[in-house]
Amino acid sequence: MKAPDFKYECPLTLDDALACLASDELDCQPLAGGQSLMPMMNLRLAGPEVIVDLNKLSELEFIYEEVSRVSIGSMVRYSALLASAIVRKHIPLFAKAVPHIAHEAIRNRGTIGGSVALADPAAEMPALLRALNASIILKSSSGSREIPADEFFIGVYDTALEQGELVHSISIPTADIDQRFGFYELARRHGDYAMAGVAISASSINPYVGLRIVFFSVGDHALRATDAEAVLEGQIYSDAVLDKAKDALASLEFNEDMNASEATKAHLAGVVMQRALAGMNAENT
Amino acid sequence: MMSDKLDIELIVNGEQIQQSVLVRTNLVDFLRDQVGLTGSHVGCEQGVCGACTVEVDGVMVRGCLMLAVQANGSTVTTIEGFAGNTTGKKLQNAFSEHNALQCGYCTPGMLASSIEYIDRGGSTDRDSIRQHLSGNYCRCTGYQAIVDAVASVIEITDAGINQSEGAST
Repeated sequence: MKAPDFKYECPLTLDDALACLASDELDCQPLAGGQSLMPMMNLRLAGPEVIVDLNKLSELEFIYEEVSRVSIGSMVRYSALLASAIVRKHIPLFAKAVPHIAHEAIRNRGTIGGSVALADPAAEMPALLRALNASIILKSSSGSREIPADEFFIGVYDTALEQGELVHSISIPTADIDQRFGFYELARRHGDYAMAGVAISASSINPYVGLRIVFFSVGDHALRATDAEAVLEGQIYSDAVLDKAKDALASLEFNEDMNASEATKAHLAGVVMQRALAGMNAENT
Repeated sequence: MMSDKLDIELIVNGEQIQQSVLVRTNLVDFLRDQVGLTGSHVGCEQGVCGACTVEVDGVMVRGCLMLAVQANGSTVTTIEGFAGNTTGKKLQNAFSEHNALQCGYCTPGMLASSIEYIDRGGSTDRDSIRQHLSGNYCRCTGYQAIVDAVASVIEITDAGINQSEGAST
């Protein structure tokens, strides 16, 4: 099908975009890379009255290195993330995980901010940002605020974003030398939606300290496995420890989807966590 | 609601185009229906199949997931434009030699993605080729012959480079 009709606005500055979004007379929808919104419109699952195209806002296309953090503008495309020397150096988890996000032609358009604002439960980016303890900077015509990723993602396509607000940028702590990262996803073929996936960061892994284990595509949003993290804290990698950590995943709320039942999702979560931890262990030796 | 139309100006396959287009029209429909370039195909219209792959400002994109108005001021190359490109020609021959197509519906997108892979220096490793083409669906060939065709172009190109290096020393 084709997209329904809409009014098209293409602001050239962030202030103009925020002014467009602030008008509450019409249903305004920001358009970032369009790799989710456009299919939804073509399928007539979305039919906004006004599209506010963000693609001319070059002021949102930055990647800055700050003191112990990297700041990434919301309109940075996945291909730009992969090409960035700053990202390669300071956010090794992105280098591991971003190639799994869809396909080249999609990564050439899709943006980090679009994925964050949409909060698709199957998307990698929300889980990556929770694993990295990132924060999301939101702007509206009346000001700005910063929200930790842990508090931003609420449910299926549901976030802390309020009417009139736009994702401005993402702030990510730079990796320190002892930190280790893991990523694993199960998909029918490369680039497809994952059946289950996990992103992991750890302050150190021998023994495990300060783990953040976050699943995607198994629940209604990116799910952090705090019970499994607690089981692993202070432990050394072993089959017995991994089994205990898998048992601790039972406290998570798994959701079925069209490919797998709730029980299958719970099982696959254990599988991807084990493979990601094994990968981190292998890299460390 | 009044249907919004905008005037856009872009370069398609080297030719300057000026047209008025409905804002809801996606790029591939614009190229096919208004510019008359029917080489790019419209498959799923949801970014999954890759049949509509075109190049915009130097990168491959899904023609169904971009609005035509977003290509205002851009340089677009479609499969018709790639036919004159060296890699494009080699790939067309290789696809035909290896029977890398049956119905041909996916072929323009397959060729576009393959050109991107080869021109970026992609290797003959079959897994790498498959990974790169994973965003393009083919329901006829089973992909084997497509991977053969792409690999053969890289092998011939590499052999050619080695030969000319050998000749010059």
